[in-house]
Amino acid sequence: MKVELKNIHKTFGKVHANNNITLTIPAGTIQGILGENGAGKSTLMKILSGFIHADRGEICLDGAPVHIASPSDAIAHGIGMLHQDPLDFPPMTALDNFLLGHSGRFIPERGVIQHEFRRLAAEFDFSLTPDAYVDSITVGERQQLEIMRLLWLGARVLILDEPTTGISLPQKEKLFATLKKLAAQGMTIIFVSHKLEDVEFLCGRVAVLRQGELVGETQPPYLTDNLVEMMFGKAISFGGRTSFAPGKSVIALNKIALEDVRLQIRDVTLDVRAGEVIGLAGMEGSGQSTFLQACAGLIRPVHGRVRMDATDLTGRSHHVFKNKGVAYLPAARLEQGLVPGLNLTEHFVLAESTQGVFINRDQAIRLAQDRIKTFNIKGTPASPVESLSGGNQQRALLALLRTPLNLILLEHPTRGLDIESTMYIWGKLKERCAQGAAIIFISADLDEVLQYSDRILVFFAGQVSPPLDAASTSVEQLGQLIGGKGWETLS
Amino acid sequence: MQESGKNLLWRIGAVLLALGFVSLVLLAAGAPPLAAFTNIISGAFGSPGKFADVLVAFVPLLMATAGLLITFAAGLWNIGIEGQIMMGAIFTTGALRLFQGTDFPPGLAIALSIAAGMLGGALWAALAGALKTFGGVNEIFGGLGLNFVATAFSLWLIFGPWKRPGVASMSGTEPFDQALWLPQLPGFRLSLWALGLGIAAIVLVYFLLNGTYFGLRLKAVGKNVHAAYLLGIPTWQYMLAAFMLCGAFGGMAGSMQVVAVYHRLIPSISSGYGYLGLMVSMLVNYQAAWAAPVALFFAALNIGSIQLPIKLQLDSALSGVLQGVLVLFVLLGEGARQKWVKRGK
Amino acid sequence: MTTEIILLGLAGVLAAAAPVLFAVIGETISERAGVINLSMNGTILLSAMGSFAVAVTTGSLLLGFLTGMAIGALVAAVVAFSSITLKQSQVAVGFILALTCRDLSYFLGNPVMGASGPRLQNVPVPVLADIPVLGVLFFRQDLMTYLSFIMIFAAWAFIFKTRPGLMLQGIGERPAAAFVRGANVNRLRYIYTILGGAIIGLAGPVYSLSVKAGWKGTISGLDGIGWIALSITIFGGWNPLRAALGAYLFALLQWSGLVLQPSLPGVPSQVLQVAPFPLMILTLLLVNIGDAEWVTRTLASLPDRTRHALAALIRALRSKPPAALGVPFESE
Repeated sequence: MKVELKNIHKTFGKVHANNNITLTIPAGTIQGILGENGAGKSTLMKILSGFIHADRGEICLDGAPVHIASPSDAIAHGIGMLHQDPLDFPPMTALDNFLLGHSGRFIPERGVIQHEFRRLAAEFDFSLTPDAYVDSITVGERQQLEIMRLLWLGARVLILDEPTTGISLPQKEKLFATLKKLAAQGMTIIFVSHKLEDVEFLCGRVAVLRQGELVGETQPPYLTDNLVEMMFGKAISFGGRTSFAPGKSVIALNKIALEDVRLQIRDVTLDVRAGEVIGLAGMEGSGQSTFLQACAGLIRPVHGRVRMDATDLTGRSHHVFKNKGVAYLPAARLEQGLVPGLNLTEHFVLAESTQGVFINRDQAIRLAQDRIKTFNIKGTPASPVESLSGGNQQRALLALLRTPLNLILLEHPTRGLDIESTMYIWGKLKERCAQGAAIIFISADLDEVLQYSDRILVFFAGQVSPPLDAASTSVEQLGQLIGGKGWETLS
Repeated sequence: MQESGKNLLWRIGAVLLALGFVSLVLLAAGAPPLAAFTNIISGAFGSPGKFADVLVAFVPLLMATAGLLITFAAGLWNIGIEGQIMMGAIFTTGALRLFQGTDFPPGLAIALSIAAGMLGGALWAALAGALKTFGGVNEIFGGLGLNFVATAFSLWLIFGPWKRPGVASMSGTEPFDQALWLPQLPGFRLSLWALGLGIAAIVLVYFLLNGTYFGLRLKAVGKNVHAAYLLGIPTWQYMLAAFMLCGAFGGMAGSMQVVAVYHRLIPSISSGYGYLGLMVSMLVNYQAAWAAPVALFFAALNIGSIQLPIKLQLDSALSGVLQGVLVLFVLLGEGARQKWVKRGK
Repeated sequence: MTTEIILLGLAGVLAAAAPVLFAVIGETISERAGVINLSMNGTILLSAMGSFAVAVTTGSLLLGFLTGMAIGALVAAVVAFSSITLKQSQVAVGFILALTCRDLSYFLGNPVMGASGPRLQNVPVPVLADIPVLGVLFFRQDLMTYLSFIMIFAAWAFIFKTRPGLMLQGIGERPAAAFVRGANVNRLRYIYTILGGAIIGLAGPVYSLSVKAGWKGTISGLDGIGWIALSITIFGGWNPLRAALGAYLFALLQWSGLVLQPSLPGVPSQVLQVAPFPLMILTLLLVNIGDAEWVTRTLASLPDRTRHALAALIRALRSKPPAALGVPFESE
C-alpha cells in the first residue's frame, strides 16, 4: 500500500514537533526514518497510527485521503504499529494476547485461532507457543507475537519504532529477514530508528528528521557521514578516550551469586578501582540491573561476599552502602529517583545532612540557587521536579549526589536525553572519577558503553563475561556477545 | 488573589449543591428541610450549654484530625484511627483504675493516665503499621480489622473483667471519683484543659509538617517511597513513626473521652470521631491550617442533630449524611474545576 | 440425626455466603476493570434498607431486588464518575460513600425499622432435592442462593473464556494496550463499574429479604460485611472461583462461631463475633507478605533448598492485583 503524508503539522505548546512534513512511501519498500531523540519521528508515527491527530495536513493511502481517528481505526485502514515496548498484556497467554482485539464471536473459537497462530508462526519461523505466558518470554518474542497479530488483523503497512533495542542478535537477524520477506510481498514497512547501522543495512529508502522538519531523503548507497550530518546538522565528535590511573580498590565482589524469579547469576568476581568506569552491556533483563542493585546493597546476594574498604558489607542494607559513599541512580528518574510534588529546594534539603530540627528556609534557597547554577538546570528553586524536562531531571539527580563519593551506580544515565545533555552529564561524571569515585553504569547504547568504559561486563541470560578491556573491544564483538554468540572464546 | 477568590467561589458552590442535595433527601423522608437546618443550628448554638457541648465534641475530633494529617503526609490512610481512639480510652481507664482509691496525687494521676492513653493508641497504631511495613497488608484493611477487634475488646472489658458491681450493662464501667476528672467549667461539661490540649495538638502538627526536617522527610516518603529510600530516608521507620504519632493523638482523643467527658469506659467510646477526622482531613485538603474551623463546624453538626429525633422525629444520622455529602461535593467540585476550568485556559 | 443437623447447618452456610458472594463478584468485576469500589460497606446497607422498604411498601420481592441493584449501580456510578471523569482518588471517594451511604440508610430507614416484610422462600429443585446429602446442601435453597452458585461460574467463564471478558482483563491490566486493540477504555470502565455495583447491590436485599430478613437500623448486623467482602476480593486474587472459596470459608467460620459458643462458656460472645477480622488480617498477611523487602532479604540468606521451597510457597500464595488498578487512563 502506498502511504502519503502531506504537509503534516503538529505542535505541543511551544514545540513544533512536526513542521510541514511531506513524505511519500511506495508499496513494497522498507522506509527508514532516522533522527535523534526529539526530532519528531515518534510524533509523525503516532499521527499515522492514530494515537494523535495532526493540527494540519493530510494522509493518503493508495491515493485516497483518509481520516485516522484512533489506533484501532488505523488497523482497520491496514496500518499496524509495533511499539518499542510491545503493547501487550504480560500476565496473559500468547494466544489470549493474539486474539484480543480481533472481533468475532462472544466465545472465541480457540481451536481455529490456535491453528491460525501456528500457521503464521510457521510461516515466519517464529518459535512461539500459544500457551506461553507473555511475561515469561523475551522482548524479541513479544515483538514477533505483535507482528503476527498485526498481520492477522490485516495490516499492510507496518510501523516499527526502535525495534532493535533490547533484542538479541539472532532475533534481530530474524526480524530483518521477516521484514524483507514482507516487503517482497508488497507490504510497506516503516522502520524508525536512530541506529545508522540498522537503517543502512535494511532500508531501501531513508528519510531524516531534525527538529521537527524533514531535512532530506536518500537512497542506497548511503554515505554515513552524510546521514550523520543530516541528523545532527554538524559532524559530532565525542572527544577522545581518557585513560585512567587505577587507584585503590573501591568495591570488591567475591564469587557473588544473585537470584530472582526469572534468572540466576553465579560466581561473579570483580574488583573495582577508584577512578575506573565499568560498563554493563546486555539485552534488557539479562541480569545487569540485578547486578547493579546488588552493588548498591538493594539486593542481597545468596552466596559470596561484598567488601568495601576492607569492611564486609554482605547482606547489609542500602543505607549502610550509602554511608560508605555509594550512590545509586535508577533508570526511572521521576518514578524512582525524584519525589514528584516536591520542588528542587526541598530535594536539596533532603539530600543534605540534617542540621537541627527546623529547616532554615533562606539557607535552603541559597543552596538550591547555587546548585541550579552549578549544574546548569533549567528551573527555579521552587520548580516542582515533575515540571523539569528529562535532561534537567537527570542533572538534578546528579546535583543531589553527596561529596565525596566512592562509587556511583547508574542505570541508563543518558536514555532519552539529547546529545548536549548526554555530553554534559558524562562531563560531570568524569569529574567525579577524577576526584576518586568509581562508576558502574548500564546502557543499551553500545557506542556509549565503548566510549566511556574502561572495562565492560557483558550479560546474557544471567551469564556474566569476565571484564573486557574496552579499548580492545569492537562494537561487533560486543553485539555478538550480547546476542549470546562467541562466549566460548572468552576465558 | 483572583485565583484564590475563584477557588473560594467553587467551594461555596459545592457547599450549596451539597445543601441542596441534602434538602432533597429530607424531602424524600417527608421532612421540611428548612426546619431541619434551623434545628441543627439552634441545637448547636442555641445556648451557651449547647455551644459548650459542641466544643466537647470538637476536642477529640480535632485531636484525631491532627494525628491523621501526619499519616496523610506520609501517604497513609490510617482508617484504624477508630480503634486507636478506643485503645486510648481503654488504657486511660486501666490506668485510672489503678490510681482510684490510692492517695496518689490526682493531678499527676490524670496526667499519667492521659500518657497511658497516648501510649495505648500508639501501640495499636504500631500494630497496623507493622502489618503494613513488614507484612504488606494494606493499612485500610489492617486498620479496619483492628477497629473491630478493639470494639470487641472494649465490650469484653465492660461485660467481663471491668463490669459494674452487680450487673454489667451497655452504660459502661463504674464512673470514677470526681477527683480523677479533668476540671470542668462550672455548670458545663466542657473542660478548658481538654480544649487547650486539642488546640496545642493541631498547632504542634502544623509546625511539624511545615518547617521541620521530619515533616519534609515524611512528605517525601508519602509522595515517593522508593525515591525517599534512595535519598537516604529510613522509610519504614518513618512510616511506623507516622502511625505511632497519629495513634498517640488518637489515643489522646480517647483519653479525653474518659477523663473529661464520660469519666468511665463506655461501648463505642470513639463515637466515630476517627472516621469523621478522615472526612475533615479530606475537606481541608490535608492542610493543617484549616483543620480547626472545619472540625468545629463538623462538631456543631454532630451536636446540633442530636435533638432531631425529639423535635422532628428524624434520625440523627442526618449529620453524617450532611457531612459526607459536603465532603463528596467539595471533592467532586475540585475535580470538576481541574477538568473544566484549568484546562480550558 | 446429628448428621442431619450438620447438613442443614452447612446448607445454611451456603445460603449465608450468598450475599457475600454477590458483593465479592461485583467487586471483582469492577476491580478487573481497574476501578476500586471502596463504597461497598455503605452500598450493602443502603441497598438492604432500600430494597426492604420497597418490598414492604409494594409487597413485591422482585421490585425489592431490582431496587437493590439500582442503588448499587447508582453508587458505583458516582465512584466511576469521580474517578474516571474527574480523576479524583478512588479510595477517598469510596470511603466517603461508604460512610455516607451507611448514614443515609439509617436516616431514611427510620420509618421501616422493625417492620415485617416479605421474605424469599426456599424452592426445592424437583428430583435433585431428593439426592441424599447433595439435595439438602444444594437443591433446597432459595432462588438467590441458586443464582449465587450460577454467578460464580458465570463470572469466571465470562472473565477468562469470552472475548469481552478478555478485554475486561485488558483494560485493568494495561489500558494503553487495550486502547490500541480498539477498546474504549473509559466507557468500558464505566460499564463494568456500574455492572459490578449492581451485583454488589444484590447483596443488600439478599440480607434484608432472605438471610437476615428485615431492617433493624444500626443493629441490623450488616455493618462491616462490606469491608470483609473487600478483603475476600483480594484473597480471591480477582478470580471468582478462589473468591468463592474465601466467601464460603468466611460463612463457615461465622457459623462455627455460633455452633461452638455454647460449648465454650469461657469465651465471651464478642470474641467469637470478631474472629473473622483477625483471620482476615492473617489471610491478607499470607497473600501479601512475599512483597515485603525483608522477606526477600531473609530468603536470600537461607540455604539453597529451604530458600527454593519457601519461595515457591510464597509465590503460590501471593495474589497479584490488576496492574492498572486505581490508575486513571487518558488516550493522550
